[in-house]
Amino acid sequence: MSIEVRHAWKRFGTFTALAGVNLSVPSGRLTALLGPSGSGKTTLLRIIAGLESPDATSDPDSGKVLFHGEDVSNVPAGRRGVGFVFQHYALFRHLTVFENIAFGLSVRPRRDRPTTRQIADRVNELLDLIQLSGLGGRYPDQLSGGQRQRVALARALAVQPRVLLLDEPFGALDARVRKDLRRWLRTLHERLHVTTVFVTHDQEEALELADEVVVMNQARVEQVGPPQEVYDRPASPFVIEFLGNVNRLERGRTAAKSVLYVRPHDIDIRREFAGEHAVPARVLHVFSAGNYGRVSLSRGDTGDTIEAEVPRQQLRELNLRDGDRVNLVFRHVRLFPAEGFREEDLPSEPSASRDAGSGI
Amino acid sequence: MRTPHPELSPNLRTRRRRVLPGFGLTLGTTLLFLSLIVLLPLSAAFIRTAGLSWEEFWGHVSSPRVVASYRLTFGAALAAAAANAFFGVIVAWVLVRYEFPGRKIVDALVDLPFALPTAVAGIALTALYAPTGWIGGLLEPLGIKVAYTPLGIWVALTFIGLPFVVRTVQPVLEELEPELEEAAATLGATRTQTLRRVVLPALLPATCTGFTLALARGIGEYGSVVFISGNMPLRTEITPLLIVTKLEQYDYAGATALAVVMLVVSFALLFGVQLLQRWFFSPERHGR
Amino acid sequence: MSGTASTLVHVAQPHRRRTLADPPWLKRTLLVVAIGFVALFLVIPLGAVFVEALRGGFRLYWAALTEPDALAAVRLTLLAAAIAVPCNVVFGLAAAWTIAKFDFRGKSVLTTLIDLPFAVSPVIAGLVYVLMFGAQGWMGEWLADRDLRIIFATPGIVLATVFVTFPLVARELIPLMQAQGRDEELAALTLGAGGWKTFWRVTLPNAKWGLFYGVVLCNARAMGEFGAVSVVSGHIRGETNTIPLHVEILYNEYQTQAAFAVASLLTLLALLTMLLKSLIEWRHRRALLAAAHAETRTFAS
Repeated sequence: MSIEVRHAWKRFGTFTALAGVNLSVPSGRLTALLGPSGSGKTTLLRIIAGLESPDATSDPDSGKVLFHGEDVSNVPAGRRGVGFVFQHYALFRHLTVFENIAFGLSVRPRRDRPTTRQIADRVNELLDLIQLSGLGGRYPDQLSGGQRQRVALARALAVQPRVLLLDEPFGALDARVRKDLRRWLRTLHERLHVTTVFVTHDQEEALELADEVVVMNQARVEQVGPPQEVYDRPASPFVIEFLGNVNRLERGRTAAKSVLYVRPHDIDIRREFAGEHAVPARVLHVFSAGNYGRVSLSRGDTGDTIEAEVPRQQLRELNLRDGDRVNLVFRHVRLFPAEGFREEDLPSEPSASRDAGSGI
Repeated sequence: MRTPHPELSPNLRTRRRRVLPGFGLTLGTTLLFLSLIVLLPLSAAFIRTAGLSWEEFWGHVSSPRVVASYRLTFGAALAAAAANAFFGVIVAWVLVRYEFPGRKIVDALVDLPFALPTAVAGIALTALYAPTGWIGGLLEPLGIKVAYTPLGIWVALTFIGLPFVVRTVQPVLEELEPELEEAAATLGATRTQTLRRVVLPALLPATCTGFTLALARGIGEYGSVVFISGNMPLRTEITPLLIVTKLEQYDYAGATALAVVMLVVSFALLFGVQLLQRWFFSPERHGR
Repeated sequence: MSGTASTLVHVAQPHRRRTLADPPWLKRTLLVVAIGFVALFLVIPLGAVFVEALRGGFRLYWAALTEPDALAAVRLTLLAAAIAVPCNVVFGLAAAWTIAKFDFRGKSVLTTLIDLPFAVSPVIAGLVYVLMFGAQGWMGEWLADRDLRIIFATPGIVLATVFVTFPLVARELIPLMQAQGRDEELAALTLGAGGWKTFWRVTLPNAKWGLFYGVVLCNARAMGEFGAVSVVSGHIRGETNTIPLHVEILYNEYQTQAAFAVASLLTLLALLTMLLKSLIEWRHRRALLAAAHAETRTFAS
């Protein structure tokens, strides 16, 4: 079941949550809506679910939501066939786990409603699936956060939705539970293959879990693509800065000023001369805890601070001291025109990617 | 993927489609009930008064007997609200901060004036404070008369208004961060200094709200006062009682004119509470 | 204005342990003042009711309660409450659903208007109905032509009772339903439940304690209202006297013991109300503590 959103606008008072966003989610895939808070990702998800209606514009096509080519814009949330998992789960606190999962089936009109027996079978099947068999009689407030999350998921799956939507599914959990659940959700998706969209502000979560990542910023979509592509070929300075640590360097020597981005792990530190592309720098400090050592450096010509990540082994061989003079080789950089550029000025393939100094 | 800036996009209207159903039905029901039960009858008082000439109206609301009733009603209500502000903060403090046997019972008892019908409170207080009563009998030799004097009215209004300050201050006190007091202590303040300069100011907004609520309630109170006051014109006759008296004499115009004066005062107080809340919780005040 | 800030939402905070202690002299003084004040103004009057009621012995007490006029007053009071409470439940649920689950212009004005009856003297509440339906009122002639009586009759008493209890259910439900948010309702909708099903199966069960609490308060006020009812009743013995009015008549006729006997019925009702209120709060607090406990377990896991 593919999902398409056309040109959606949404404002809350003076705040613009969505500024003409287009979205297309392929069938059967796991898609992440990734962005900082306030970027409009949750609003977009709620519009897909029918929990929020997009603003009307002069364009009649604006704000349309299509499921598999079929226009569902005027279909209320309950009939769209979506399973929605709320950020804080929204479990019915007066119902048991069993009754929560059965809810969607038991509120169907009598003629469509499965028998009590069938409902019970379905619920037990789901309890197995979420590995909570035997806890069906508990109330939501007797469960841990991770358990509640899985119950919310089972409740959404019970009605066999065409589309599964999750709003910050792991946001309220602590780090370890979050990792386990992430892996579990991935396995689950591989089994069920239901089209799934989830919202997250955690880039690691999006890159690890999703087949497709939609990066959002300030009510707009910045980039869409598989995790590898979004990470390796970011389409804008925002995307590169949002997806992990990066050094942002002004390229002052050329007349046309531009900004150069290089990730810490794409920097080689050499003690010897390393070609004319190499950048001289001075070691400020070495942090050697962890699998990777982090080196903080000061660039020789501009004085910019640069962070580099070097494998432990290599760091030991380099034997760096504070104040040592070294040469840096950037294995992989992204270039963008400098400050003051306008979005319209960006070429369609906005960045020049090249391997500086790879000749060595 | 890029779309024009919001400013450039023509003709943006908000489509008010509500996701949860029942808005029209429930809002309609609410407004219907509100209009029929509250707004329409209350407007009847104002419309009836609008039929009077200014001189007639002024005559009704400024006769000496009426003015004496204002003075008594507002005076007693103010004094009772002030007593409640003082004792109410202490009661709330004791209930929140101290453990003592019977604390839960005292806490529950504070609601008694809300739950006990005013007529019952009236006769009980009268029986106690009459010269032959338990407390009245003790005070009589000292030359203090309570029942059938303004002091009796004050007693009744203090009873009626007791829960307001306690119940507005209590939640604020419960949520007061202990760090505030600890910080004051680490800065060298004594316990009494901390209470006076840190805790009491934090309780001020709630105390003012409770005071105003108790005052508003006291001004309109009827049931508990009529028994203990003795109802002597010019001396112990409160305004609500005067309204009833005029009604019983079929002086509808006089009763309604008085009612309008009281309604205006009550609305002003209600509005005052709202302003007070808004002012105390306004961002500017917290910014400073 | 009764019940200010005593809603279930406010009861939420469990007591916290304090590290700083007040000096003993201060603690002792405050305790004495507080308990003395409460005893003088609350406990002694409460005791006085029962002492006075039983002064003439249990037989006289029972006689005062079973006298025909007293029984008629009880019947009328029950009737008025039986009509006023359901009216306010319907209104309270509608108002709470509108205010807690939707955003619209004028919401804060509406909330203030709902509180209006608390700001109005009960005497005036009665008066305005006399102005509407009394012999000289707007609809007086119309009603007289059709031989309908509202003032000095049961309908007037019911109307006045509905007026004075008007905000009680709504103001218990509104903060509670606001605190609970809309997510559970939205979840029910995405699962295919319609509006009524969502209301009956999700909203109402969640708000049931708040509703019960509101009903208890509303009932107590409905049965005990004096001023407003006094103005519209006409004090016809055995016909338009409610329990509080019957107490007044007996007291003014110097039948003190009988007056207190009947008053003790209302006092017992008040005590029952306070007991139910404490039970609901206790239950509610326990549920919150359980939830908080589950929360800590989550973080510990």
